[in-house]
Amino acid sequence: MNLTLKVWRQKGPEDPGRMVTYQVKDVSPDMSFLEMLDVLNERLILEGEDPIAFDHDCREGICGMCGMVINGVPHGEQKATTTCQLHMRHFEDGATITIEPWRAAPFPVIKDLVVDRSAFDRIIQAGGFISVPAGSAPDAHSIPVRKEDADAAFDAATCIGCGACVAACPNGSASLFVAAKITHLSLLPQGQPERLSRAKAMVEQMDAEGFGGCTNTGECTAVCPKGIPLDTIARMNADYLKANAK
Amino acid sequence: MTATIERGTATAPVPSTTAAPPAPKPRKRPSGFLGSSTGKKVVMAVTGAIMVGFLVLHMLGNLKIFFGKDSFNEYAHALRTLAEPLLPYRTVLTVLEVILVASVVLHMWAAVSLARRARRARPVKYVAKKSQAGGYVAHIMRWGGVTIALFVVWHLLDLTFGVVNPKGYDSAPADRMIAGFQPGRWWVTLFYLVAVVMVGLHLRHGVWSALQTLGWARGGRRRMLQVLAGALAAVLVLGFLAPPLAITMGFKG
Ligand code: SF4
Ligand code: FES
Repeated sequence: MNLTLKVWRQKGPEDPGRMVTYQVKDVSPDMSFLEMLDVLNERLILEGEDPIAFDHDCREGICGMCGMVINGVPHGEQKATTTCQLHMRHFEDGATITIEPWRAAPFPVIKDLVVDRSAFDRIIQAGGFISVPAGSAPDAHSIPVRKEDADAAFDAATCIGCGACVAACPNGSASLFVAAKITHLSLLPQGQPERLSRAKAMVEQMDAEGFGGCTNTGECTAVCPKGIPLDTIARMNADYLKANAK
Repeated sequence: MTATIERGTATAPVPSTTAAPPAPKPRKRPSGFLGSSTGKKVVMAVTGAIMVGFLVLHMLGNLKIFFGKDSFNEYAHALRTLAEPLLPYRTVLTVLEVILVASVVLHMWAAVSLARRARRARPVKYVAKKSQAGGYVAHIMRWGGVTIALFVVWHLLDLTFGVVNPKGYDSAPADRMIAGFQPGRWWVTLFYLVAVVMVGLHLRHGVWSALQTLGWARGGRRRMLQVLAGALAAVLVLGFLAPPLAITMGFKG
């Protein structure tokens, strides 16, 4: 396959950045999207140019490091797939592909396609945990959990914190990510003692980071590689309202 | 016995050799519930619900025109004399009007404030952006709202104050309505039609979105609420369009 790439290049946080066009030849349809970029980067290095910087780690869809907006869709148009698990066979030979970083004020670009997602870490620090006396692990069945709750909590817990939801949201809202984290803990018995204070602290931190408000467009869940449902946002709102009613 | 575990280097701060990443800028903390994005959404949901309630009553009132001019005029009069002689003329109506105007103002305040927050959250636009969620109505809420607000201004000037109505202010409500939608003023009917359809689209997303904001649209209920929102929007659109279309097409008057 031969492709034309239009890639966002930005030397550093202060550089205004611009789109640069590259031709990539002999791409195998079995390559992942990141491998295709590796091939381009090897060539750029040999030509003495600066390779394109992008985030990645596990390359198996579980860590949440990778992420770029491909043809206007975070992680590309393939549903429930991270960028690292997206394969070139989903593109046509001769296609032109635009590649941009996540766009949100709380996610400043560090270089090229790499953005700083520390805002997510600060939201987790604000309340995305449970306070328990650490000790030896309790017996798995010492606290009963309903199967439905366990399943829903597990589904929410699959959020890998990639930030695609923010990138897709026309409002630049982080609601889906925050709601996934809140739902995961609020469905389990261990999450109950801090349930309301957690919702309040995390939502307030989300606002303080400068993310936009949710208008329920559903763009987030459509691009989420883990298919986190909008239900989680309703749960987050309910907990946040309860916390404020107190 | 408590064992003390030394934290390994994995969690210890790594001394950076290169330039430190940009420090987070100190940001203004939102103040209180109404300052929060979710709080503003709740304001939108509650004021929206008040306006929907008003629209339902307004639509039912409009349909009285099909029972004759007198029925419509009596209804308009009854609104003004509600709870008389317990309360003076127009008391209840005025109170309702104040609540309604406050709802409109608060709804717009929250919308503008959330729109500005959204704009600040994405200072650099995408070169290419493709919507992945089907509901295009969700993306026209803001412009739809502006269109509806402009229409309401015209609508009040036309049928409430009679400023732009051929019959003027000192006329019976039914006469104003019928004169306002005469075939010769087809463009008024057209404007009305566009605005009512806009209201319908606004509600199709707005109604279930409000319930989502309040945390009620969960699980299997979401689909049902979305269908109900669509049905409510459709009923309102049809109910509001019936009288003017009937008048313009000459079935009445
Ligand atoms: S909710 Fe989905 S899109 Fe958002 S951070 Fe989590 S995994 Fe990524
Ligand atoms: S690199 Fe880990 S999820 Fe893509």
